[in-house]
Amino acid sequence: MVQTAGVVEHERKAPGGFYKWVTSVDHKVIGKNYMYTALTFMFIAGAMALLIRTQLFNPNGHVVSLQTYNELFTIHGSMMLYLFAGPFAFGGFANFIVPLQIGAPDMAFPRLNNLSYWLFLFGGVTMLFGFFTASGAAAFGWVAYAPLSTAPFSPGPGADLWIVSIAMVGFSGIFTGVNLMTTIFYLRAPGMTMFRMPLFTWSMLVTGILILIAFPVLTAALVMLYADRHFGAHFFSVAGGGVPVMWQNLFWFFGHPEVYILALPFFGIVTELIPVFSKKPIFGYRGMVFANLAIAGLSTGVWAHHMFTTGVVLLPFFSALSLLIAVPTGVKVFTWIATMWGGQIKFNTSMLFAVGFIFAFVMGGITGVMLASPPIDFYTHDTYFVVAHFHQVLIGTTVFAGFAGIYYWYPKLTGRFLHEGLGKWNFWVTFIGFWITFMPQYLLGLRGMPRRIPIYSPTDGFTFLNRMSTVGAYMMGIGMFLFLLNFIISWRRPRPAGDNPWDGYTLEWATSSPPPPHNFHSLPPIRSARPLWDLNHPDHADSVPMVTGGDESAE
Amino acid sequence: MRNESRVYLGIGSFFIVTLLVYFFTSHESTGSVLLLASAGLGLLPGLYLGWWSRRMQQRPEDTGEGEPRDITGVIGQFPENTIFPFTLGIGVWFVGLAFVFGLWFAIIGMAFVFGAAIGATGESKRASFSERENVG
Repeated sequence: MVQTAGVVEHERKAPGGFYKWVTSVDHKVIGKNYMYTALTFMFIAGAMALLIRTQLFNPNGHVVSLQTYNELFTIHGSMMLYLFAGPFAFGGFANFIVPLQIGAPDMAFPRLNNLSYWLFLFGGVTMLFGFFTASGAAAFGWVAYAPLSTAPFSPGPGADLWIVSIAMVGFSGIFTGVNLMTTIFYLRAPGMTMFRMPLFTWSMLVTGILILIAFPVLTAALVMLYADRHFGAHFFSVAGGGVPVMWQNLFWFFGHPEVYILALPFFGIVTELIPVFSKKPIFGYRGMVFANLAIAGLSTGVWAHHMFTTGVVLLPFFSALSLLIAVPTGVKVFTWIATMWGGQIKFNTSMLFAVGFIFAFVMGGITGVMLASPPIDFYTHDTYFVVAHFHQVLIGTTVFAGFAGIYYWYPKLTGRFLHEGLGKWNFWVTFIGFWITFMPQYLLGLRGMPRRIPIYSPTDGFTFLNRMSTVGAYMMGIGMFLFLLNFIISWRRPRPAGDNPWDGYTLEWATSSPPPPHNFHSLPPIRSARPLWDLNHPDHADSVPMVTGGDESAE
Repeated sequence: MRNESRVYLGIGSFFIVTLLVYFFTSHESTGSVLLLASAGLGLLPGLYLGWWSRRMQQRPEDTGEGEPRDITGVIGQFPENTIFPFTLGIGVWFVGLAFVFGLWFAIIGMAFVFGAAIGATGESKRASFSERENVG
């Protein structure tokens, strides 16, 4: 990593412009590419959500056709989950931040990293191609339940494009998971033991493990579905001796860990910034590590709680494990609150989004505990109650915690600040819109409004609550526009941020903003989980003089 | 390396317990096979890393006393620019589209894939031109 004349010589030779962007294997460039691409997909999918809400504003709405409505909610869900939430976290944030946090010069496999991005981008574009085919895009929901997704019920290339798209994005995720785990295991800086790693890096390690458990199952299921559609296989068709519900088993064995693949990185982001803006070390570092590992295990054993109403699953087993997940998740929430407790809290935009995340996630989490109970699930299954629940969990994590991360690490990514005043508007408009959108949906669900219906009758009693929800959705849309505005302002009128504007204590703040190629010119000694704090505040350092040597258990 | 091994072993062991409880209470095959595979995914690398950790010297990142100077020198090859992942990505994309639009897409796709494989291999033989000792 020593910067020699060779590097200088290389920089003179290095390609520029578009070619440089296409060919760069620097984890920071790839991380930013992931972020910009995922955010673009989010804006497209968000526009689809607004179309959906506009259709539901009036009973018997005529904004889009019934077929188009099915395509919209399918691609909205697919884009948000496969193309935004996951890649934004493990492709964007993790790619950029993890090597910096562990003091590595790059990811372990830089070229594989670059390939992962292209598979993600091309896969994502492939999904959108469906709208330009004569029979339209896929229209079977993001879960693609068989037999609806088989050829007789979903003919045409739209469904096949969806399958190819998800397979490519799946491989991209698997490669990124391998890359992350190898990087964390083999490229840590000297002194950075496992129990000194920042908790965001721990989150990404556990996410990497979950990716490797979950994504191959989805890819295998997609191959089986394609074989059913085109090669006359009968994995999921009763007529040929297949089992349709096997798709649900396979899909949700991917799908439920996927929820935590989406959530854990964002838990990690919030865990990084709450101590920094509370001026306190994290309350219970090891508790957070073990909560991550417990979530990884439990989340893989609860897949069939999405299938209670099929009547062929073991209700007590899945209900009990689903309820158990509340324990490590609760540990996390208590840790965040205990870290803030008594701290000198600085409520800037990033911290506001983090606290907003806790509110949103707790509400989504509590309704999740309710849904883990089979009697409640039987009553609310496939209603808007479930829609409200998972949107609160997912928007709570990916949007609120994600934006907390953007405002926190933007100075490191670009060397610039985002505008604080506009950021607070961004937060409050989004936050208020969020509650106005989804609280009515709980009530709609309890009153019996099914999910995925394009029209309802004026006599159903759903009109007022739907209108409220639509108004909230547009508020969230305005909130997102304010973020875009903030981004453009920072781009046109940059305000320099300096290397460590928040007095952060993890290694990414020890290098310049933005960091140089291969990240560090020199590293501080790593003697605790807060090496930069020890360096900058020697009177209050976490590290203690070492009296034993060479044994991890000495810590 | 010991703690890395424990992470895998812990998760693999959890799946073994879950599998036993699940299989003997539900007798359902799909989920049981998936849990078995997950247990293997934890135990195999966990045992491998554990086996190595007993045979290798502790690395600077395994001890609490490692210093940056402990890893002085070349620690790996990190190229800065290469076109071949993009080429391979295009190739894989076209092969994927062949499953939708017809096999002729696969012919173009495979040309890109082979081109990328040959190019990346040649590039690896030359090593990274960003490191001075490898230039020329």
